[in-house]
Amino acid sequence: MINALPPATVLILGALPLLFLKGKAKGTWMLLLPILSFINLMALPEGSHWTFGFLNFEITLAKVDRLSLIFGYIFHIVAFIAALYALHVDDRIQNISGTIYAGAALGVTFAGDMFTLFVFWELLTISATFLVLSRRTKQAIGAGSRYFMVHVAGGLCLLAGIIIHVQTTGSAAFGYIGLESFASYLIFIGVGVNCAWPFMHSWLVDSYPEATITGTIYLSAFTTKTAVYFLTRAYPGTEALIWIGVGMAGFPIFYAVIENDLRRVLAYSLINQVGFMMVGIGIGTHLAINGAVAHAFNDILFKGLLFMTMGAVMYRTGKIRATDLGGLYKSMPWTCTFCIVGAASISAFPLFSGFVSKSMVMEAASHGDLRFVWFVLLFASAGVFHHAGIKIPFFAFFSHDSGIRCKEAPKHMLLAMGIAASLCIFIGCFPQFLYAHLPFATDYDPYSASHVISQTQLLFFSALAFTLLLLGGIYPAEMRSTNIDFDWTYRKGSRWLYKACGQLFDSINAFGDRVFMQELPKALARFVQDPAASIQKHGARLLSESTGDEGPLARRLAEAEYRTKNSAYPVGGGVFLAVIFLGVLSLFYMLF
Amino acid sequence: MKRPIDIDEELRMFDKPENIKRLLIIFFIASTVVILIDLVYHRHTVFAWEDYFGFYAVFGFVACVVLVIVSKYILRPLTMRKEEYYDD
Repeated sequence: MINALPPATVLILGALPLLFLKGKAKGTWMLLLPILSFINLMALPEGSHWTFGFLNFEITLAKVDRLSLIFGYIFHIVAFIAALYALHVDDRIQNISGTIYAGAALGVTFAGDMFTLFVFWELLTISATFLVLSRRTKQAIGAGSRYFMVHVAGGLCLLAGIIIHVQTTGSAAFGYIGLESFASYLIFIGVGVNCAWPFMHSWLVDSYPEATITGTIYLSAFTTKTAVYFLTRAYPGTEALIWIGVGMAGFPIFYAVIENDLRRVLAYSLINQVGFMMVGIGIGTHLAINGAVAHAFNDILFKGLLFMTMGAVMYRTGKIRATDLGGLYKSMPWTCTFCIVGAASISAFPLFSGFVSKSMVMEAASHGDLRFVWFVLLFASAGVFHHAGIKIPFFAFFSHDSGIRCKEAPKHMLLAMGIAASLCIFIGCFPQFLYAHLPFATDYDPYSASHVISQTQLLFFSALAFTLLLLGGIYPAEMRSTNIDFDWTYRKGSRWLYKACGQLFDSINAFGDRVFMQELPKALARFVQDPAASIQKHGARLLSESTGDEGPLARRLAEAEYRTKNSAYPVGGGVFLAVIFLGVLSLFYMLF
Repeated sequence: MKRPIDIDEELRMFDKPENIKRLLIIFFIASTVVILIDLVYHRHTVFAWEDYFGFYAVFGFVACVVLVIVSKYILRPLTMRKEEYYDD
């Protein structure tokens, strides 16, 4: 018997008191929740817990193993850091949705069956949407609605896959799936939406920069990383993931170079980093999986840190576009320092966290003799240094002096950034503490002389290129602009679809109106005004057409007109019709 | 009352041209040293091309130049719209 609760419950149920707590009590409770939740997780031994039957399937609320544990650890760490960073936020919608969002991520991570997983998966979408919406600007409400619709579509795809998968295999257990059946493809794509694969990525760069300052810290940590966790468990060694990862590592860096909104630059760089994880999962060797998981762990910290520094800049200056910023190192020296630590970590400088995890994926690619993949990843490594490592700190804190003088970030924000920055350096210097918790045992040593030298050369000369291009005036000047991406298809495309549908249905409507509401009743009205004459005239016309004799037509028409007007039908005609009618009637009577 | 900002008075370490010049010189020297390590130390490699003198340095430099050129001259003309593009 264990005395713990299922891992997700502490945060999700713990969000309820936030409805009525106020001021300091609320802040303390928000900080306490991740700690309580972590203690609860520590009380859980490895294995499956809370298993019970539901219909014909087995539900497992918590399955604890090395893979779920390491994601559990980092989710708790970042939940605490994000809560600390958001200590000043007095908005219940954000407080509650942030806490539930972190709880939902834990729910997915420890779900032992597909049904539990799906419930928490949807809870992730709902709570994340509120983090975007609660910025309450026109852009945020638009981006939040689009976020919701894209993720609901992805969730339905996942649900369809889960139902077919459970039906065919007869088991609801969540474990290795592999890309084989139709159902496995549906699940794969449904998860891919959350993972921001190419062409499904635009929700991320659309919504994260529009979310609230503190909401983005939560967002950057959970949605994509739970999807990474899902793929690590269900699709390790799936070759398609290598190519998806290559695409993700490659294309966003070009966008990041020309993007003006610095939080959007970070959103593109997030996709780029998840690309490294995809390649690692796709390669599927122990080293590669370890690399993917370690990189997810580090990315949550350094990407969160970078988003926090940009958030602090936004909080103090109200601006986030590179064109509006610059020279802030004088006003915000600590934030600037933390930003540089984050930048060094994401660029994989030796002694910073990115160095000890990215290299595992690179090494796995070179051991697998994946030459093209290796080249793209190396290109992406240079590129990420270029846009996230140099561009972010340079345009925000150095570059030209924007004239902005503001206060340093508030203390709780500095503390949150400080914790994240210290962890980045600590993991970079003592990677064995991270390696000890990876899914597979490893004796990997990132600090070989060759590796340190080659990485330093790569980074120094990337920086040299930046410097020379900037001095030479070739570096693209930041401009206030929107860069269209794949979301164009549904943001502009939907308007065209709306217009096209409008035109199609409007024309059908107009046609129906003309034929059925106007011309047909008119013709009918004309006919029933004088039906007998109309029939006779029509008959006369047909007769003249068939015989080709136009002569008697006018006479016959006049006759028909005369007869009906004066009711001048011969009596014999009426008797003749009556006799025919009686004859037909008796014929029916005799036959049936 | 906020004091008007006097840019000259506010100039600090990274704003003064002579400091920037000094920093650049240090950076260029460091870069040269980093690439020259290849002469004295043989890196352990997996692929044959990694053995070339200054492979990583040249790759990093060329990659970033290509990145910037492609972004500026190909991607930006294709994708850049005015800031209010989606608003109307």
